Amino acid sequence: MSHRSDGVLRPNELAGCVPSEERLARGPVVVVECVERIPCDPCVAACAKGAISKPGGLNDPPIVDFDACDGCGICLSACPGLSVFAVDASRKDGKATVMLPYEFLPLPAVGDEVTALDREGEAVCGARVTRVLSSKALDRTPIVSIEVPREHAMTVRHFRRKGA
Amino acid sequence: MRISKHPIITFTRGREVEFEFDGRTLTGFEGESIAAALHADDVRVLRRSIRHGRPRGFYCAIGRCSSCLMTVDGVPNVMTCVTPLRAGMKVSTQKDKGALPPEEAHLPTAGQGLPEDLGKVPLAVVGAGPAGLSAAVCAGRLGVRTMVFDENDTAGGQLIKQTHMFFGSREHYARVRGIDIGRKLLDELRGLPVEVHTGVTVLGLYGDRILSLLKDGRHSRLAADAVVLATGASENVLAFEDCDLPGVYGAGAVQTLMNVHGVVPARRVLMVGAGNIGLIVSYQLLQAGVEVAAVIEAAGEIGGYHVHAAKIRRAGVPILTSHTILRALGRERVEAAEICRVDSDWQPVRGTERTVEVDAVCLAVGLTPNCELALQAGCAQTHLPELGGWVALHDDDLMTALPNVFIAGDASGIEEASTAMLEGRLAGISAAERLLPDLDRSEVRRLKDEARRGLTELRAGPFGERPRTGKRRMLESWKREAFARK
Repeated sequence: MSHRSDGVLRPNELAGCVPSEERLARGPVVVVECVERIPCDPCVAACAKGAISKPGGLNDPPIVDFDACDGCGICLSACPGLSVFAVDASRKDGKATVMLPYEFLPLPAVGDEVTALDREGEAVCGARVTRVLSSKALDRTPIVSIEVPREHAMTVRHFRRKGA
Repeated sequence: MRISKHPIITFTRGREVEFEFDGRTLTGFEGESIAAALHADDVRVLRRSIRHGRPRGFYCAIGRCSSCLMTVDGVPNVMTCVTPLRAGMKVSTQKDKGALPPEEAHLPTAGQGLPEDLGKVPLAVVGAGPAGLSAAVCAGRLGVRTMVFDENDTAGGQLIKQTHMFFGSREHYARVRGIDIGRKLLDELRGLPVEVHTGVTVLGLYGDRILSLLKDGRHSRLAADAVVLATGASENVLAFEDCDLPGVYGAGAVQTLMNVHGVVPARRVLMVGAGNIGLIVSYQLLQAGVEVAAVIEAAGEIGGYHVHAAKIRRAGVPILTSHTILRALGRERVEAAEICRVDSDWQPVRGTERTVEVDAVCLAVGLTPNCELALQAGCAQTHLPELGGWVALHDDDLMTALPNVFIAGDASGIEEASTAMLEGRLAGISAAERLLPDLDRSEVRRLKDEARRGLTELRAGPFGERPRTGKRRMLESWKREAFARK
């Protein structure tokens, strides 16, 4: 079984996208869940620090230099596939922040309690919205930050508004 | 039902008007299609089949399938999916093939047609989608006076419903949404010697490149030194029990309803096909507030990009590979669908049938090039499954077997809009090269190489294998045919 059969990345397929535990503990970082050879490179152009590259050309999956990446998240809204997330698992309060692209209405507000979902759309845990970015530069791909228990930082990739 | 707020699109609607449908007074917005206005008012049955009286509804939304023929202001067999709504129109369900209209009956039109004799133009482009507009931009920049014709009322082709960001690199408009690319291409035409005429159907292309045109019910004639055919593609249909029930839609038709007209296409949808179109339209349905029960795919693997699949999976939509639809259920409209597993020979597995409650089935099962005009004109054709079926034989400048007649975009083989734009550029440059012998050869070569490099790059990955193979076989056929002609 692979993601080709149901659209969900398996741990072994994700392995190359995931920063080490040591890097996660150091501060915010991006997770680019883009594993196929598709012709696309806006993420490379978006990163001012040169942390994302496609050394093998336009069709190569992107490679993230996790030491150069500071998790600023500017690449999130640049990705046409909405496959980039940013995670801050360095907090000392047992929580982690997950930044994700969210192109649905209505947008949540800071402080909202939502249901965090995994890559299969299954409810994982409750979460609180901590930031909502929706500037003109993001071109209708708002970026929402949610706070989840630390152990769910690498499983939560979407959320559902309560009552929705 | 209408979409009031959308995360990506701001709908610009005409003024609200009343019209008559089978004696009832309904409201719609001026300029939207009659069929869209009816759909928004929950009218699903638009006509009955002639022999068996079966209900027929909205299906293709691009004036191709004839499922929406109705009598409008006394004129029978009007394609209501592409006819703009005007105040006071009398729309009725017609009996059989409709009655001959009284002599004075006519559809109100926006204009008076084009002049009967349009004289001669260096370049005529048929189709104002991504390929046609790109051809016009490139030819226009090189100084070729160009006229572009499109049968729709809005230029942009299918770009006008693509709310997602495009892939590729910056030179392929990556990260820009399709709906904005159409506008950008039209902006690029400003100041160039190019006219774009919408609402014009090109009826035929005859010897010496004479085009017969139809606008507002009036015929016109135009001679062209060169022609670019950028006629696009049509959606494939799928045969299953009661597949003609209203509520079975083409994926493009669903996009037209929700992304162009802002009409809610259904409450809960079953998507058939997990290629990029099926995955993208499923995501767009979620954005429009429509539930997607599942995406089913007869093949054992998802055909589209993982990133498109992931977007709908994390929103809770299952993707069922090795599944097919057995039948649509419902009396006058879709009320449910029966699906089942298929084995490795694509045969239904008995005992795996189950019913999914949905009010629409959306078909995203591939496209076929619109080759009719090329065929009528006499372009030699070849059948290449990798390119979607019959396509006009063409060389690597995209010229067909007819001198100075070029073909580009989906009409020359099914691909993506990004490659359609590059093919359009290549066809426009190649046409200019043949029309203007004084052009700087090295500059022309540079421009052509640039477009070809882009095509090679976009087709280089595993998802480009089909078109790559198709285009290679096309060139082999071309060389064989050219040899035979000598």
